[in-house]
Formats: sequence, C-alpha cells, structure tokens
Amino acid sequence: MKEIALHVLDIVQNSIEAGATRVAVTVTEDTERDLLTVEIVDNGRGMPPDVARAATDPFVTTRRTRPVGLGLPLLALAARQSGGSLTVDSRPGEGTRVLVTFRSGHVDRPPLGDMALTLACLMAANPTLDLDYVHVRDGREFRVSAADLRSRLDGVGLGNPAVFAFVRDYIGAKIREVSDTGRTTGAGTRTEPAGDRALSN
Amino acid sequence: MVKSLEELAKIREQAKKALAAREGEAETKIVVGMGTCGIAAGAREVMAAILDELAKRDLGTVTVTQTGCVGLCDKEPLVDVIKPGQPKVTYGRVDAERARRIVAQHVVNDQVVGEWVVGTSS
Repeated sequence: MKEIALHVLDIVQNSIEAGATRVAVTVTEDTERDLLTVEIVDNGRGMPPDVARAATDPFVTTRRTRPVGLGLPLLALAARQSGGSLTVDSRPGEGTRVLVTFRSGHVDRPPLGDMALTLACLMAANPTLDLDYVHVRDGREFRVSAADLRSRLDGVGLGNPAVFAFVRDYIGAKIREVSDTGRTTGAGTRTEPAGDRALSN
Repeated sequence: MVKSLEELAKIREQAKKALAAREGEAETKIVVGMGTCGIAAGAREVMAAILDELAKRDLGTVTVTQTGCVGLCDKEPLVDVIKPGQPKVTYGRVDAERARRIVAQHVVNDQVVGEWVVGTSS
C-alpha cells in the first residue's frame, strides 16, 4: 500500500465486515511533535482478546470467519518502519479501535495520500454507514459526517455518482484548506516535513 | 474557491431530475472487490473511474457497492456486473481504463467484454 489513505480504506472494510454501522476516522497531524496519528473506531462485533492480540501477526488468521487478514499486519509494518506503532483495542460486542502512529518526518512514512477519494468511495459504496471523519492539523480542524451529508440529500443516495463527485471534491478541498500551512515555500522552515502532495507518487 | 456544502442542494435537485427521468428502469448493480488484495491492486481507482463514468452518463440508477476478499486475489481488482435478469459477470485485473469500458460496453450497451471475464454465475 502506497498511501495511508489506502490503509484506511482497508481497515474500514474490516469494520464493515465486522458488522459495524458506525465508523469514526480521525487523522491528527502534529508538526511540533513530528507525529501523525490515525484512529479508526467502529461499533462492529469486536474480537476476543486472543484474536485482537494476534490480529497484527500476518501468520495468524482465522480464515473461516475472516475477522482479520493481511491488512492490519501491513499497516503495523508501515507504522513500525516509520518510527511509529499500531495498537488494537477490541471488545466483543462493542467494537474495535485501531490506533496508528507515524513519525511525520520519517523518510519511510507513507504519504497520507488521497483521503478524500477513500472517504468518498466508502460513502458511495456503503451509503447507510455512519462514517465520521475528522482531520486535525496543528489545532485546525475539519469534520465531515455521512449522516450530515445524507440529511442534506433528501433521499438521494450517497452512492449517486454526481453526489460522489461532489463529496470527493468537497472533502479534498477542505483537507487541503486544513493542511495549507500558509504557503511558506521552504527556505529555512526546517520543521515542516515535505508535504504529502510532494511525497505522493 | 473552496466548495461549500450549500452546493450539495443543487447536485441533489439535478440528481432527482435525472432519477425521475429513469424511473421504472431496472437497477444494475456493480460490486468492486475491496479486500486488502483488491485495494493493493488498485480497487479504489477502479471504483472512482466507475462512479465518474456513471456520473458522466447520468446513470444514477446504477448502484456501486464493495465487497471483501473472495479468494481470487491474483485476479484483483475484481468487478462484478449484475444486470437484472442476467447472470452475474465477474471481471478480473480491472484498471481504471477497463472499468470505463465495462461501463460503456456492458452496463450501457449490454455487451459483455469477454476478454476480461473471469467468471459468470446466476
């Protein structure tokens, strides 16, 4: 996976397969602490402690019921390779929380990638899912929720192709707005790690 | 210019008109494989291309959903096209370009794109 946004798509698919009706994704960028965190919380069926513990091990899987696959191990690897970590908290019957941290400026940190496309695809393909997204960067914040978008659509589905196009562009613009650090270009701003747009591709 | 949510009302009204024009048409379903294998192989861009092509053609009655790993990981990205009254057709190794052709040829014109089919079932 080349982007954190693709990992998010993958982990949320796990939530959906675990029967979640509500998934909250939070991305927090803290340039001061050189920290990028991604949190995914769902209300799916959850995992017993032994399964949750094993969930990041690529060689352990309960294939028959498929609560886990290669997705979490790949994300855990990406996190570890960039000086971060991944933790899974899960309670049967309540849900699962996946928390991933990265060192923002680490050379091996994957770019955030196209989070807007990830979210728009998830909303289009799962129009009844209550998907909440929060993007925080150095205290600035953007929030979007599928429930709010639905309430503005008066019965037209989030899966409608024209709605998808709008949602993708809207979220993309808002994330750029939050990530826009004032257009200072380089010179001497050592603390600013290369922007995700610069790192992607 | 940053988009505002107010613009969604306009999209909504246009979509309603387009849907009304197609009222009574049987619904086609498209399913994109979005397991780890599918995503790693490019399923997100495939889904984006399908939705984009549907938007261009004003095909608001076609629904696009996602599914997990179905065990054909080496053939991902997989795309199912399910037209009413017809067997399900599964396409393999779909990319954005193929996805657009599948919409144009199969979804719109009812012609299965035989060379990319990996399976059919009713």
